[in-house]
Amino acid sequence: MQTLIEPLKTQLPQLAHLRNPGMPLDLDWVASVQANTSAIERRAASLGGRRSVKKEFQAAWLLKAISVIDLTTLSGDDTPGRVQRLCAKARQPVSEAMLERLGMTGLTTGAVCVYHDMVETAVRALEGTNIPVAAVSTGFPAGLSPYRLRIAEIGESVKAGAREIDIVISRRHVLTQNWHALYDEMCEMRANCGDAHVKAILATGELGTLRNVARASLICMMAGADFIKTSTGKEGVNATLPVTLTMIRCIRDYQTRTGTKVGYKPAGGIAKAKDALLYQALMKDELGHAWLQPDLFRFGASSLLGDIERQLEHYLTGNYSAANRHAMG
Amino acid sequence: MTVRDIFDSMAYGPAPESNAEVLAWLAGHHAQFGHWIDGKFTTPANMFETRNPATAAVLANVSHGTAADVDLAVAAARRAQPKWAKLSGHQRAKVLYALARLVQKQSRLFAVLESMDNGKPIREARDIDVPLVARHFYYHAGLAQLLPSELPDQQPLGVCGAVIPWNFPLLMLAWKVAPALAAGNTVVLKPAQYTPLTALLFAELSREAGLPKGVLNIITGDGETGAGLVAHPDVNKIAFTGSTAVGRKIREVTAGSGKALTLELGGKSPYIVFDDADIDSAVEGLVDAIWFNQGQVCCAGSRLLVQEGITDVFHAKLKQRMDGLRIGDPLDKCIDIGAIVDPKQLAMITALVDGCKDGEVYHSACTLPSGCYYPPTLITGLSAASPLMQEEIFGPVLVSMTFRTPEEAVQLANNTKYGLAATVWTENINLALDIAPKLRAGIVWVNATNLMDAAAGFGGVRESGFGREGGWEGLLSYLKPALKTRPLPTAKAVSAPTTAEVVGLDRTAKMFIGGKQARPDGGYSRAVWSSKAKLLGHVGLGNRKDIRNAVEAAHAAKGWAKSTAHARAQILFYIAENLSARSTEFAARLRDLTGKPGETEVEASIQRLFSYAAWADKFDGAVKSVPIRGVALAMNEPCGVIAALCPDEAPLLGFISVMAPAIAMGNTCVLVPSETAPLAATDFYQVLETSDLPGGVVNIVTGTHTELAKPMAGHMDIDAMWSFSSQPLSGTIERTAASNIKRTWVNHGLARDWYGPQGEGREFLRAATEVKTIWVPYGE
Repeated sequence: MQTLIEPLKTQLPQLAHLRNPGMPLDLDWVASVQANTSAIERRAASLGGRRSVKKEFQAAWLLKAISVIDLTTLSGDDTPGRVQRLCAKARQPVSEAMLERLGMTGLTTGAVCVYHDMVETAVRALEGTNIPVAAVSTGFPAGLSPYRLRIAEIGESVKAGAREIDIVISRRHVLTQNWHALYDEMCEMRANCGDAHVKAILATGELGTLRNVARASLICMMAGADFIKTSTGKEGVNATLPVTLTMIRCIRDYQTRTGTKVGYKPAGGIAKAKDALLYQALMKDELGHAWLQPDLFRFGASSLLGDIERQLEHYLTGNYSAANRHAMG
Repeated sequence: MTVRDIFDSMAYGPAPESNAEVLAWLAGHHAQFGHWIDGKFTTPANMFETRNPATAAVLANVSHGTAADVDLAVAAARRAQPKWAKLSGHQRAKVLYALARLVQKQSRLFAVLESMDNGKPIREARDIDVPLVARHFYYHAGLAQLLPSELPDQQPLGVCGAVIPWNFPLLMLAWKVAPALAAGNTVVLKPAQYTPLTALLFAELSREAGLPKGVLNIITGDGETGAGLVAHPDVNKIAFTGSTAVGRKIREVTAGSGKALTLELGGKSPYIVFDDADIDSAVEGLVDAIWFNQGQVCCAGSRLLVQEGITDVFHAKLKQRMDGLRIGDPLDKCIDIGAIVDPKQLAMITALVDGCKDGEVYHSACTLPSGCYYPPTLITGLSAASPLMQEEIFGPVLVSMTFRTPEEAVQLANNTKYGLAATVWTENINLALDIAPKLRAGIVWVNATNLMDAAAGFGGVRESGFGREGGWEGLLSYLKPALKTRPLPTAKAVSAPTTAEVVGLDRTAKMFIGGKQARPDGGYSRAVWSSKAKLLGHVGLGNRKDIRNAVEAAHAAKGWAKSTAHARAQILFYIAENLSARSTEFAARLRDLTGKPGETEVEASIQRLFSYAAWADKFDGAVKSVPIRGVALAMNEPCGVIAALCPDEAPLLGFISVMAPAIAMGNTCVLVPSETAPLAATDFYQVLETSDLPGGVVNIVTGTHTELAKPMAGHMDIDAMWSFSSQPLSGTIERTAASNIKRTWVNHGLARDWYGPQGEGREFLRAATEVKTIWVPYGE
């Protein structure tokens, strides 16, 4: 049996802080939101030059990154076998021997993220751990199936054992500035999640402007989202640093006004250890230490883990590593 | 600390950049350097230490330049100059291109050395300074290539002396050396006492770019060495970047020498945040504005002006951001703020902040290493009169005030003796583009700050200096018209004859101030005689009070600058029309005054008015090709109030040649007509009175040039002064103009052909305008 490391604190979001109760829709606030694209891009572009973590610090940060990965498979060809293999990787993301040398035995990923039909398989495969299963829901990825079916889908996934639900918002409500509809939809989805945490996927690559990203972020938080998440991974453009900066500044403003901490999940396109470090630095500098932990921060990623494993082996041996030396997820 | 500990704390660890290569380079020179003269190092002598401010360790000993050293360097530059200037533009371009490539190839060596000598974070040296240096040489390689075809009538000045500051040692070298070399000049450069090393490395490497010996010479030393270079009689131009106090001294010392001069001086640049701004981005902008290079930046946005409705939110967010800044070892790749350049500077910053009695001082909560460091600091609750709101601190200290309306923001922003840069944050393009032209500054950044590029002019107005660096406008500061010059003989008024001929009814020439005829304040007049002993009339003897009144009138007419160029053109055409209608009378007057037939001069004057009526709406600005997604607009703005001593030798044409470009560009002016033959100009105010010219746009004060030169040059509310007088006043004017560092354009006793191409055109238009670069990044 593996030893769990502080399981309740690091693995169970709902125990670390109060959930976001939401608030009435405040359209004045939404209307006042500004996001200057070129300024945001400049900040994002200079970050890599401003922040650098090396050696044992880099190893520790990468291990932290693993602890917040929502290890994900969202493919049409997913099978129980594939999902079981992924869950095994979530339980043992880095080889036992390496973790032992790093003093990090028992490290797991933050969650496993699958389609509804794979939830039960995943829940069974993760029995005995505290790794939650997240289900993408509400007509993922486009969110254009009948509304009642989208709502019903949430309940089905919760019933199947998903503890986290990643919903997709109706992009058309943002693009047509139908803020009431967006707010109501999010409220209803949140309500149907029950005790399961809800992550609101904004599909930022389809919202057109950073200002829209900011508005959608605020409205989803007002409607009670526990996390706001960039992308389904299926849009043309997924998580980027400028989008991240825009969304986490909204999270900071929301906390300032309501006292509530909302989590952030960039998803799609984060494949390199170096990228993960940049995101972590941005979270630490803009929001603070609390947003480096799995209850407030997740990476939606599938291939990131492999690159981190190679970097960790490099740290331990001084030699650059190869993919075939690490177990497949 | 174990990995597990760090996993819990998620602290940033050290991320040091290696300095091994730099230490090896220093060791290769036994950590001792002579000057770089005529393509090689001199034997080190009279040495002083240059230290790493972060560690206080001595990096090297460099030589203190003596007068003899300066002589040697200037002589080497002089010898090399003709051959360098004779090279084709393409040949010079090839050398500049090689210099750009060398900077890129040795980029890390330069960056690490710069960081060690100056204390700036390696990130800034690596990501900002050195790439801008390379870009500057690339850009000027291009200018060298195009110069012969684009500016065929220009020639190099000769030997240029450059004195540069310690805040951007290599970048300032590039800003001086690249345009000077592109234009065919040779250079003697004196780096700052604290930071001589990258200049020496650059000089050493320049051999590998094929730079001929003597074309670039480096003299190390302190202010005394710099003063020696500035005063050297065989230097043709001084380009200085540094403090306003030293700039003023240089203006005084070089006055009358005929040396060309550009000054890039201090600032207290406003950073204006409107309530519709992206507040988080505006806060982040301040990190780049006042916490860039430890705030030791002449164009630092050091004076925060926040609209009242968002002040509390803005200050709260700002303090939070300040607390997150990391200050420490400049060679650490994970810090934001490095060391102050020298303990003396640290003491100065500390004393200024500690002496602040009326504000609320907030120091960042970041951990401060021991040594030469100062924490990011915000001072709120100051009034416009507070010394720290007015004085340049030159450190990481931001002062803050609030405003209520856009108009008040502009007033507060302009309430300073400086005028280097300004920053405006608003999401409203109408507001941004309305405010930008109203700010008295050479550079305006909209929703960004401290953007710089070789293609865009950089430089200030008021006591932030004059001249631009970068772009075509910067290159022109290293060129002069290719003309043969001849001395201008001093004109003498016809003295009172023994037997006078007095005919006709007395007609009194008055002064013309604020659109009204005015008697001289002093109550004295002088009789004007023709060469044939005929009394032509009397002219008032103006004094300093007449100048004061005229300047006040000129300021009251500042709406002229806002009138459309088309409207100004129409009025200039109309003036020409009305002069034409009275051409016979003016011709007769000129014949009496000069003894020559006046028809030619009247006709030339009418043509000149037409020329500037034409130019009024055609002296276009530019959109600079800068490497950002956005535009950098180079707008030609009027200087403001221009005062001028008009030529003696062409009483009407000279007067109009000075007046017309000034008002065509939107300036108002105070003009002193020909001292010896003033009546053509005083007759001319009747033409102005009938030509719809608003009162105060042109003010005419008659009198002696010698008496009026000083009050004009010293007047703090005059923005530029020109002199084409035949009196030897150029030195006096340049020296006195140091009072508010106003731009001057004087003849140094040389004649100008007012009838030929020298008498009009772009040279005049450039003198009548300031290039303001407005950066507008965009993107949604």
